[in-house]
Amino acid sequence: MLKTSIMYIIIGIIILLLIGGIKDRYIGSNERLILATTTSTDNSALLDKLIPIFEEKEGIRVDVVAVGTGKALELGRSGDSDLLLVHDEKSELEFIEQGYGIDRYKVMYNDFIVLGPKGDPSHLKGATSVVEAFKMINKGQSLFISRGDYSGTHKQELFLWDIAGVKPEGNWYQEVGQGMGSTLMVANEKEAYILIDRSTYLAYRADIDLEIVFEGDSLLYNLYGIMAVNPNRHDNINYKGATKFIKFIVSQKGQEIIRDHKIFGERLFNPLNL
Amino acid sequence: MEYILTGVRDAIGLILTLDQEVIGIALLSINLSLVAILLASLIGIPLGFLVGYYKFKGRRFIITLLNTLLSLPPVVIGILVFSFISKQGPLGEFGLLFTPQGIIIGQTILALPIITALTVNTVKESEHQIVITALSLGASSGQALLTLLKEVKFGILGAVITGYGRVIGEVGVSMMIGGNIRNFTRTLTTAIALETGKGEFSFGIALGIILMLISFIINLILHSFQEGGSW
Repeated sequence: MLKTSIMYIIIGIIILLLIGGIKDRYIGSNERLILATTTSTDNSALLDKLIPIFEEKEGIRVDVVAVGTGKALELGRSGDSDLLLVHDEKSELEFIEQGYGIDRYKVMYNDFIVLGPKGDPSHLKGATSVVEAFKMINKGQSLFISRGDYSGTHKQELFLWDIAGVKPEGNWYQEVGQGMGSTLMVANEKEAYILIDRSTYLAYRADIDLEIVFEGDSLLYNLYGIMAVNPNRHDNINYKGATKFIKFIVSQKGQEIIRDHKIFGERLFNPLNL
Repeated sequence: MEYILTGVRDAIGLILTLDQEVIGIALLSINLSLVAILLASLIGIPLGFLVGYYKFKGRRFIITLLNTLLSLPPVVIGILVFSFISKQGPLGEFGLLFTPQGIIIGQTILALPIITALTVNTVKESEHQIVITALSLGASSGQALLTLLKEVKFGILGAVITGYGRVIGEVGVSMMIGGNIRNFTRTLTTAIALETGKGEFSFGIALGIILMLISFIINLILHSFQEGGSW
């Protein structure tokens, strides 16, 4: 009986320690800022450079939730994030217009590119525009892997199919519903064509066999915007913190970090305010 | 093949060098799953005992319901809990979304039917003979219940171990409710999902090996209770 009581006491102590550990972790001394962003900015490790400097300076902990642009906007709409860094200008402006977001700034840009297998079965390398390139994928019935997750990249892709007058349906078109990196890995394994932002491509280039088959078209411009979630829409939005972060990312310091962030000597994003 | 070998080497390296981030992730995983399994046990074992021991109307339906809940996918639990603790949900004001506490809620719900259902089965199977034997030997009904409790403890421990295995290995709840936030809600399984998405297969495997090691140690501890038997 004594042995039993001792066991229970020990288990009790362990439990208290466990709960205590989590409590410290949660409450902490720091203010919290939830940044919902796209998988591309997260995969590129740019935020790993920006955030520690901001956290150090302001004493605010930034929690990054990396999802597609569609989901990020949804998190803003429901008040579950304080700040959004996304790349789908049309949806962003809609979001602002509906009163969910405020203080939108353009932060940086890069471009989308089309990757394909080494043999380039649909001969995209001869294309003169991205619209033509997309038509050629469909004509050649070559496999195309789509994000399929309402992310900024997915929206851009659907926009391009629309202009090309191609219905993205059939055996040649497969939607995986995952982040940019995962989608790229699928396309790489299946030797398929894929639309991707340049930063993710550069971050993964060393590990994949796909290569650039089309680039350089004004329709492939990829703009990243930042905005705060409207504090009048929900309670407990950290609007002050969001404002500080927005100021930081468009400041000279923030923009220089973006400019100097490189992988294998290549810049991933181009700042817009330098 | 190469990934696996590199993964094993990486795992050993990460453990030996006490990689701070990986240790933090591992500790969080252990922490969350233990608290969740504890809460689920506190609710599930008494509940399972009641359903298994007492005969009442609708009992069979409840047992069928419990067994159905065993196949509840973590992602569905994730969606449900998400909608409750989102700022727009009824529990929004507590700010539980994207926190370790939120994950605990989801994991507790995940483990609860497992622990309850398995407890029900254990109690149901052993109950008749034990109680009858005890009563025929002249025990009071209270004493008979106590004997039953002693007899089913191995089965209940088995239920807890099974529940724990499900909780520490799940991704859906941690990903949806935790958000895989670095240094905050990133658990071993969401980190594995992230690394796999990044194409870092060997690092993913290394984390997987660490996860299995943790489960092994926790199971060793739990089994030592079973074999010790004296308490």
